[in-house]
Amino acid sequence: MDTIVALSSGSLPSGVAIIRISGPKAATVISALGARITQPRQTSLQIFRDNDGSVIDEGLVLWFPAPHSFTGEDVVELQTHGSRAVVAGILDVLLSIDGVRHAEAGEFARRAFANGKIDLTEAEGLADLIDAETTAQRKVAQYLASGGLKDLYNDWQDQLLNARAMIEADIDFADEDDVPGSVADQVWNDMAKLYHSISAHLEGYDRSERIRDGFKISLIGKPNVGKSSLLNALAGSDRAIVSSEAGTTRDIVEVRLDIAGYLVLLSDTAGIREQAGSVEAEGIRRSIASAQEADLILFLSDEDEWHHDFINANSKVLNIRSKADLSSNIKPDEDTIFVSVNDAASVTSLLEKLSAIISIELDQSRIGSAIKSRYIDHLSQCLKDLNKSIESVDALELRAEHLRSAAYSLGRITGQFDTEDVLGRIFSSFCIGK
Amino acid sequence: MHYDVIVIGGGHAGCEAARASAALGAKTALATHSFDTVGVMSCNPAIGGLGKGHLVREIDALDGLMARVADRSGIQFRMLNRKKGPAVRGPRTQSDRKLYREAMQAEIRAVEGLSILEGEVIDLSQDSSGAINGIKLADGTHVSCGAVVLTTGTFLRGLIHIGDKRFPAGRMGEKASTLLAYRLTKLNVPLGRLKTGTPPRLDGRTIDWKILDLQSADEELVPFSSMTDEIRVPQIDCGITRTTQKTHDLIRENLNRSAMYSGNISGTGPRYCPSVEDKIVKFGDRDGHQIFLEPEGLDDHTVYPNGISTSLPEDVQWAMMKTIPGLENAQILQPGYAIEYDHVDPKALDQSLNLVGTLGLYLAGQINGTTGYEEAGAQGLVAGINAAHFVGQKAPVHFSRTSSYIGVMIDDLTSRGVSEPYRMFTSRAEYRLSLRVDNADMRLSPLAVEIGLASSERAAHFEDVKTRLDDARVALKSKTLTPQEAGKHDIALNMDGVRRSGYDLLSYATIELPDLLRVWPELEQFDGDTLDRLAIEAHYAVYMDRQKADIESVRRDENLLIPAGIEFNTIAGLSNELRNKLNDRQPKSIAEAQRIEGMTPAGIALIIAQIRKQQKSAA
Repeated sequence: MDTIVALSSGSLPSGVAIIRISGPKAATVISALGARITQPRQTSLQIFRDNDGSVIDEGLVLWFPAPHSFTGEDVVELQTHGSRAVVAGILDVLLSIDGVRHAEAGEFARRAFANGKIDLTEAEGLADLIDAETTAQRKVAQYLASGGLKDLYNDWQDQLLNARAMIEADIDFADEDDVPGSVADQVWNDMAKLYHSISAHLEGYDRSERIRDGFKISLIGKPNVGKSSLLNALAGSDRAIVSSEAGTTRDIVEVRLDIAGYLVLLSDTAGIREQAGSVEAEGIRRSIASAQEADLILFLSDEDEWHHDFINANSKVLNIRSKADLSSNIKPDEDTIFVSVNDAASVTSLLEKLSAIISIELDQSRIGSAIKSRYIDHLSQCLKDLNKSIESVDALELRAEHLRSAAYSLGRITGQFDTEDVLGRIFSSFCIGK
Repeated sequence: MHYDVIVIGGGHAGCEAARASAALGAKTALATHSFDTVGVMSCNPAIGGLGKGHLVREIDALDGLMARVADRSGIQFRMLNRKKGPAVRGPRTQSDRKLYREAMQAEIRAVEGLSILEGEVIDLSQDSSGAINGIKLADGTHVSCGAVVLTTGTFLRGLIHIGDKRFPAGRMGEKASTLLAYRLTKLNVPLGRLKTGTPPRLDGRTIDWKILDLQSADEELVPFSSMTDEIRVPQIDCGITRTTQKTHDLIRENLNRSAMYSGNISGTGPRYCPSVEDKIVKFGDRDGHQIFLEPEGLDDHTVYPNGISTSLPEDVQWAMMKTIPGLENAQILQPGYAIEYDHVDPKALDQSLNLVGTLGLYLAGQINGTTGYEEAGAQGLVAGINAAHFVGQKAPVHFSRTSSYIGVMIDDLTSRGVSEPYRMFTSRAEYRLSLRVDNADMRLSPLAVEIGLASSERAAHFEDVKTRLDDARVALKSKTLTPQEAGKHDIALNMDGVRRSGYDLLSYATIELPDLLRVWPELEQFDGDTLDRLAIEAHYAVYMDRQKADIESVRRDENLLIPAGIEFNTIAGLSNELRNKLNDRQPKSIAEAQRIEGMTPAGIALIIAQIRKQQKSAA
């Protein structure tokens, strides 16, 4: 039985997030976070660390040994701050452990139900869950289709089906003339290639992307248009909590903000102008580089000039007309936001605008990320089994068993094929029936 | 006249059903056209093979007949996949048709509490509630009973094709049971149509054996039954020849005269047993197709040319012989033919092989869309047990796919139905590593002993085997050594200082029994069979541990039955797609529902909730 893990509280951001871990490994896996279980059913405050030892968050650990738990299995609950970055960080660590996977929709409840832990009326509440799941499945389908991943995964699935057919033919039809004794041998080369394809693909995956690393905003503009003031205003506002630290380069000041529950990295850059000394020119080069990497650029100007042709055309840019209180002849413009750091209302209104943009941008990526996270689970599992079947010097039926598991894991993404498909492939490849 | 259980049909399913039912104490009758045909091998005279051999061992573990009869009639014992792991080995033998039939008839005669009814059963009778309460014979006699096991094979609207000739029949020379088919139609049983074929039978005295390659039996003959000490039947060789380019040309020229290709046949044939016409059409690029020439008996000159089943006209069959090395002058004793027949959609059955909605009616064998003696025999056992339990008002006995090939087959049949004649393969068993021929008795004999299916000899034999295994296992687990000590006996281990038991050592691919006997000579007190079995067990032990949790959860789900008449449409929260699939598949257990594509844990919980709700409101 796998140990399953998932965020079991409501959607993020929220004040507190509850991450539930259920299954035989529940008590031991949290050591990967540097945490441990203490007295049953009592809270203890602990620090959760990333695989590299850095602190993710501080929170409560609750230990419910079987059978006195929600699911009837060993359960550990972690209560953390309800930020997406924290939750993604903790799930990342847990899911990297062998035998731990994301819970499927309703799986906690299903286990609870099987263990006689919830009654009929509670189970009926699952209907809501399934609605949510249907929506999620639709999104998965869209995601698969959009990224060309569907074809890729189906192709892998097909290669696995083929390999299994060859191996099973060698086992079940060993006495057939048309099945050469060495038919299984050719399979292992193909499987080694498949192994490399999947592992290269996995390396390319950035598990939680911007949610984890933060949404990057760059402040760009000519010198002295009020970039630093805006940064301070945003950082000082009670709507944005400054959680850190001075800049990483001497030219770019970066602050970490929490906007709408998302981690946002706001960078103040050196002012950009055409005639500059060599030191200043280096600063400008870095500003532009920062802008290229940004998810959103706030382009500041204290006059109505919007020349940002040095910025990558794909970048999302928001024009900010700064020092709005000092200008008398402002032309109303839908694409421009007027901000004065002296006017708290204008800063709040900018923050609202930013919240909306970030939510839209990241929500898309959040779906992708949740799906990817599950894919990575299945693909990693597939890879492990594939490796065992390739590396194993054991008897054919044991290697076949690993291939079966590998195909099963991939099938959780693409849909399962069953014995009939394997047999179908055998009968179309070989003349069986003496 | 009244019987508890009447078994209709004396083939492989019928014999096992009759014995099982009688052994369980039900007063049983075996109804057959003629007792002479009991135990006839209507097709290829061979028992066992890959997957099929597993079934035979399981039948034996349940004290059935097939293994013992095969041991007394087998004329070419071979262990298939001998070079592969023990989990995928399959015992097989060719049988002497006459010896097989005689041994089976002797077994049947010897069963206590079993009567023989000779005659054609033309109808079943039902009481006012629809439950089966008797059968009607062609001479008008009505015999009352509490349950019927129907094992009529291909007798349901059987139609034989030889070229453009066709005529209704069961086997060659026997009548088809069209009246009984009519009764099934009236019961609204969903029927399907399948096809199978058989090759011409040859006169072995006209075959040029000298020029042929021969295949012999194994040197060491491994019996099917754990009750058989040794095989005493003499072993024979088979000849091997191939079709030639000339054969292929001839078949191509005459393809339009084959019943298969003239459009006369509507039934679906098995992909793993194609006619020679099919082989040429689909795999014509091969330079030849192998033919095994299998003598049908020690004192029978009939030869079964395995691999050229055909429905071509007789004259083409004769011409075909001329093109095959060694068969140039062969005389055909009986032409090959294709046979179409009706079968019952096995999805209409429950796990005890009872036709859902008709109390007391059990179906087993080819009538359920399977092929093969082994598949038929195993179903016969299941149906016989359950018919006897039904009459005795005992709980039905279900076989799990986690513990037997029998369970895999019953589950496949009743949950998926068939699209071609169903045959067992080891790849159908997802727990193949634990469902081995060597442990069939450990998996199933306890059940046979518990419900009274096993004779006292069998029960005592099983106890003895089990005790020896347990003792040797304890001994192996209690003897331990360090890597250093192992090194002294030329056994290379990781120098990690960990003490390992003899049992642990056996799980290494590189360490074998003789190595252990060098270390602990006292192990020689255990017999070779017992140690061999332990070596296999230990070899797979690591994998068994891994699968254990999976198996437990599947078993739990198998035990959660979905009652007939559950309203999938009223389950809130299920997608329309899932509802349609559920309505179509009508899963009979949660395990079955679980396997539906797209089913999620939440969906399963909803179905369980719905079951409980309906049970509550019914109570």
